[in-house]
Amino acid sequence: MTTAATGKPVAGAEPAPVRARDLAPRRTTRAYSSEKRRSTLLTVLLWLCALYFVLPIAWLVIASTKDNSDLFSTFGYAFGHFNLFQNIHDVFTVSGGIYLQWALNTVIYAAVSALGASFLATMAGYAFAKYRFPGANLMFSVVLGAIMIPLTALALPTYLIFSQFGITNTPWSVIVPSLVSPFGVFLMRVYAADAIPDSMIEAARVDGAGEWRIFWQVGLRLLGPGIVTVFLFALVATWNNYFLPLIMLNSSNLYPLTVGLAQQQATSAGGGGSQAMFSTVITGSMVSIIPLIIAFLFLQRYWQTGLASGSVKE
Amino acid sequence: MTQSVVAPRGARPGTRKRANANQRRQHRAAYLFVAPFLLVFVLMLLVPLFYSGYLSLFATRLVGGSQFAWFANYIRAFTDADFLAGVGRMGLFLIIQVPIMLVLALFLALAIDSGRARGAGAIRLLVFLPYAVPGVVATLMWGYLYGQDFGPIAQVFRALGFGAPNLLSASSILGSIMNIVTWEFVGYNMIIMYAALRSIPSELFEAAEIDGAGQFRIAWSIKIPAIRPAIMLTVIFSIIGTFQLFNEPSLLKGLAPNVIDNAFTPNYYAYNLAFINQDVNYAAAIAFLLGIVIAIVSYVVQLSTQRREAKAS
Repeated sequence: MTTAATGKPVAGAEPAPVRARDLAPRRTTRAYSSEKRRSTLLTVLLWLCALYFVLPIAWLVIASTKDNSDLFSTFGYAFGHFNLFQNIHDVFTVSGGIYLQWALNTVIYAAVSALGASFLATMAGYAFAKYRFPGANLMFSVVLGAIMIPLTALALPTYLIFSQFGITNTPWSVIVPSLVSPFGVFLMRVYAADAIPDSMIEAARVDGAGEWRIFWQVGLRLLGPGIVTVFLFALVATWNNYFLPLIMLNSSNLYPLTVGLAQQQATSAGGGGSQAMFSTVITGSMVSIIPLIIAFLFLQRYWQTGLASGSVKE
Repeated sequence: MTQSVVAPRGARPGTRKRANANQRRQHRAAYLFVAPFLLVFVLMLLVPLFYSGYLSLFATRLVGGSQFAWFANYIRAFTDADFLAGVGRMGLFLIIQVPIMLVLALFLALAIDSGRARGAGAIRLLVFLPYAVPGVVATLMWGYLYGQDFGPIAQVFRALGFGAPNLLSASSILGSIMNIVTWEFVGYNMIIMYAALRSIPSELFEAAEIDGAGQFRIAWSIKIPAIRPAIMLTVIFSIIGTFQLFNEPSLLKGLAPNVIDNAFTPNYYAYNLAFINQDVNYAAAIAFLLGIVIAIVSYVVQLSTQRREAKAS
């Protein structure tokens, strides 16, 4: 990456292509040899660290089971009157059930953006890895350099351009800018270079397969873990995005969860009169993080393999 | 990448014609594969970038509307105390928060990878968990945790007989934001480093282990140098992330309106300039400068590590 981030991919800097199976975590023997020397001190230290990351989420989960008055009157990590189901009911019914609309928007924006971004990045990364064509190095350098452009700095001019075409305040204004993933292209290029043996492409060509068919039938099959990695990171990036939808969208029924929750929080903290909504905002926040956590747990094996090959190359 | 290129080159004269046709076909295929990405890339990245640069050269006057003003906006930025204060704050962030976050991430990655702790797999997942929490939700949550009313931190202090600390005061807000960002991103950086550690061939350090080298020695002399590219990646991403800070100050402003001003971070400043002050040109200049600052800082960091590497070898 030292070479990559300067925007100058150095030809031949990478080691010779490795076989696809080498990309799986390699050290199966080491687990046994280290079995005998567990360190209690390290274990305790690590679990203390883990506590720091878990305690806030634990608080969120516990707080989501309390009603508003218990939030103020009980200790943060103690349960009060169990009000979780009432809170969830409130989350989905307040303001005419707008939360469900936000959740739906989030899913649509994130899924469409991530699918599109990973598809575009996969094709481009495959081409950069497996073809030599005029202009390839220049194009790849520009794409790599773009990793360093702060995307939030682009949001403002993009907004101005979109408003001239009248496409602000539409789903597209959030989805289209999220389709660009320069890091995804970088990751896919590194991954494709290793995962697809040249001999396999050559063999397919000898058999008379067209380039598109080779990509579709040989490439995609071998690029699985890499695609899942790019997909997940694009998914998280869009799912968690706040800045872009905040400036692009005006109508609250187009908001994703992030913007909606922030707005709800602002009204409840601003002392919206009789309607104290702290427990609703807290429960809404808790519900909103469940899908991504589940997605990461289930796809763990894939994205960790994909990341492993992407992060180690020069 | 040279080894993995499939296109036939330098074919013998007799077959050149066919080889050329093949090559052209492959070039065409490659362009078609790259084209969709490049199209979106140009439209959504390069065009806004240049448009922002173009806008930044204009200034809106009370009389005469928008006028070409050369670098007036940039000169204004360099003498704008609010903007400079924001950049300074991010500089502090860079030299305090980023090292803490990355050292913690590296420690966790090495410790989990060493296999010396019980339940390492579970720890890895728990540390990574905050990455799945959107920045907005993380900030809302920490806002409550910091809160004087029902925040558990204040509750613990009160229970112990101390006064509740004000974590959202002018003197502590930056530290409080640093804590939120650290909490959010240690896991992400740890996973990148851990993934790199997993792919170091074990022969590299098994010999050292047999020779009796301790774990710290192995980590310092073998593992950390081996994953230097991955560490550099996390450094660059952290620099970019730091200067783009927006969610945390903009959401905490609701809780501490007098502490966080409109220029608390450069990015937040650009947002406020554009959407509240309606000064799009100046906002574009700020955003552009921000990009330049990020590029320079990233470049300097890379250059210094490369020089160190060159010296070491």
